[in-house]
Amino acid sequence: MPELLILIALLVVVAGTAAFVVTTRRRRGPELEPPPERGIAPTTEVPDTVPPELVEEVEAEAATEAPPTLGAPPRLRDRLGKARSALGGYLGGILGRSGIDEETWEDLEEALLRADVGVATTTTMLDHLRERVAAEGITEPADLLVALKEELVAQVGAYDTSMRLEADEGRVPVWLIVGVNGAGKTTTIGKLSARQAAEGRSVLVAAGDTFRAAAAEQLETWAERTGADYVRGAEGGDPSSVIFDGIQRAKSRSHDLVLADTAGRLHSKVNLMEELSKVRRVADREPGQVVETLLVIDATTGQNGLAQAKQFAEAAEVTGVVLTKLDGSARGGIVVSIQAELGIPVKLAGVGETVEDLIDFDATEFVEALFADD
Amino acid sequence: MFDALSDRFDGIFKRLKGKGRLGDADIDEVLREIRVALLEADVNVRVARNMVGRIRERCTAEELSKSLTPAQQVVKIVHEELIETLGGETMKITYASKPPTVVLMAGLQGAGKTTATGKLARWFKQQGRNPLLVGADLQRPAAVDQLRTLAGQIDVPVFSEPTDPVEVAAAGLAEARRLGRDVVIVDTAGRLGIDAEMMDQVRRISDAVEPHYTFLVVDAMTGQDAVNVAESFHETLELDGVILSKLDSDARGGAALSVKEVVGKPIAFASTGEKLEDFDQFHPDRLAGRILGMGDMLTLIEKAEEAYETDQAEAAAAKLLEGQFTLDDFLEQMQQLKKMGPLQNLMGMLPGMPKEMKDAEIDDREIARVEAIIKSMTPEERAKPELVDGSRRTRIANGSGTQPNQVAQLLKQFKEVQSVMKRMGGGMGMPGVPGRSKKGKKGKKGKKGGRVTPKGPATPRFDPDDPLGLGQLEDLQLPGRGPKLN
Repeated sequence: MPELLILIALLVVVAGTAAFVVTTRRRRGPELEPPPERGIAPTTEVPDTVPPELVEEVEAEAATEAPPTLGAPPRLRDRLGKARSALGGYLGGILGRSGIDEETWEDLEEALLRADVGVATTTTMLDHLRERVAAEGITEPADLLVALKEELVAQVGAYDTSMRLEADEGRVPVWLIVGVNGAGKTTTIGKLSARQAAEGRSVLVAAGDTFRAAAAEQLETWAERTGADYVRGAEGGDPSSVIFDGIQRAKSRSHDLVLADTAGRLHSKVNLMEELSKVRRVADREPGQVVETLLVIDATTGQNGLAQAKQFAEAAEVTGVVLTKLDGSARGGIVVSIQAELGIPVKLAGVGETVEDLIDFDATEFVEALFADD
Repeated sequence: MFDALSDRFDGIFKRLKGKGRLGDADIDEVLREIRVALLEADVNVRVARNMVGRIRERCTAEELSKSLTPAQQVVKIVHEELIETLGGETMKITYASKPPTVVLMAGLQGAGKTTATGKLARWFKQQGRNPLLVGADLQRPAAVDQLRTLAGQIDVPVFSEPTDPVEVAAAGLAEARRLGRDVVIVDTAGRLGIDAEMMDQVRRISDAVEPHYTFLVVDAMTGQDAVNVAESFHETLELDGVILSKLDSDARGGAALSVKEVVGKPIAFASTGEKLEDFDQFHPDRLAGRILGMGDMLTLIEKAEEAYETDQAEAAAAKLLEGQFTLDDFLEQMQQLKKMGPLQNLMGMLPGMPKEMKDAEIDDREIARVEAIIKSMTPEERAKPELVDGSRRTRIANGSGTQPNQVAQLLKQFKEVQSVMKRMGGGMGMPGVPGRSKKGKKGKKGKKGGRVTPKGPATPRFDPDDPLGLGQLEDLQLPGRGPKLN
């Protein structure tokens, strides 16, 4: 019975190794914070001058061309027509009723849950709404809906959504783009780059995703399209040094902003999150200064989005969320939970594939779209 | 993977355990909890409602068996309901009698289509097939480059040209015929289910290549929208199955349940890591057990078979059971283990693993540290760890870049493992799992020389006395050994 014997051996080794690793970790608990002298260790790993063969320099061809111009940015609601007609309203039934009964509450709950708002936040929100209904004597379903939307807008609209562009004297502002695989980081950078160029800033994009096959090529295409300067490293190279190099180059060429891409990583992978912390530390070292760390979240993301936001915030001090793919049938309600529980504001929304399709987040329109009740 | 769902169920069932009988109020509470557990796992609201409805019906209607406590009965019902919803059997992939077998990949942007295409190609290659990849994603910049890079890693050709996706797909198929490739996988651009134009394009691609299998790639982290996506793609393309990507996240993967329930098509493959080999056929029956915390021994055994040399393992196991194994053996086993994937994933498959261990974040670098320590010991020390005194400890620590107390810790731990093994020699069990009294000992081992690897679809057995499936371990009882650990 070879399988059996293998299995036994396996069980022992799994259990034994795990026990060792777990106890070691627990014992070392308080020391997890690296001592200060180790904190600056990465300096040595980032050469002051990156060997030329590591960095494929791409001249900004568009330097002489006019920066791309953007028309009036589309609004969220213009983009959501398709989704609305495709899905119909969740809330029509509520309005059709003569009063507010248990069924009304159940419908509201279902509408929020179906938008991925999540059980905990939905419950809190509806409990609060019940109190309000009692206190204000709301009896009409239409008024109830208005009240719910007010609550939601108050929740998601309570934050400063402006993007920082100023760094300290002599330092280059860096926007670090982070997120799980496939959220739309690279595309977001392309769009951000176009937006900034249209506003008259000179931008450098740094291809910090050295892991995914052809990620650098994808970003390079975007850089060419938007007339941005561009720095990449070798595939499989150290992302920190690529970004650091980009910052130095941006400094020497007096660019206004560095957009730093990072490889998609699942927030549950400890090593990769540690790598991200390091990337952020290195990018924040002179002459760079990380002024925004934007977490890109796909609107189709379910309850896992909260875990994502938590872990990324811990690892990289996230300052805002970019909610992508809102032009599909997904509502992106998870950001309500992210704001309620973590207080991280949504700053931008991705509503399509063209460069103009990255727009400022608008709480009122988002909430309207959440229910899409027309 | 699916941990949160099983954790929640764990909590519910733990509370039920204490109850002699369940009143209506208890059942209501349990069902509410089950609903919340499903919703938090991103199971679609409608699907969750249906499941809870079916569970409620059975909880109240079914004849109460005298041999089961009500709590056990609920566990049993939920387990069966999960299996039913997930679909019982692993999807069988058959090949076209007139090659090539054509596979079409579709999905939203960022779902992981291109990566899944590469992984699927590797899987086909492993099955002895010769795939050709067709890059028909001309939308996303560098998507074809990505495909070429992935294909290069597994030495599979790619066909693409910068024309039109439909033309590329058709020409790719012709190219496969010309080259005599027997499987063609067509990667398409990501698209939204509500984008009529793009959906029409993928339909035309499908018409052009007439795929034998059309797979929808769904991100395991998808929320409620999974159902809409699956429905719209199914309407356009008539899906044959689903590939669940990014299952290595801590997402609960409720999307899998929803999609299966709504379009009635099985989850064919699942992707569980960033590497190309982290991909395999999906076993719904095993997953149901895993969701309930019953472990997933079958997958574990399969993985072990892939990684281990039989003779070698047999010898090691014999040594292990006699408590004779040295640090050298331990090191060797650990290295074998690494081939099977991240330790964390393996832990999740073990039934009855204490939650504390399952949740502990295991950094594979810690394992590297253990290795370093052992490798810094002399052969003599490895055979007789008791030789290691203070000065040797310091030397080993210096050699391995660790601290002397870490060395001491490892040796202590090793001793414990050894003693556990010795006890195991007299019976089966594992640390953290209390010995079980047993009854069905004669179970499997009589037949076919006790082969435990299923070759057909395996139906997980449900033992109400043993909701965690520890009995699966007992079936692996060594012949002639005593039944108990404690």
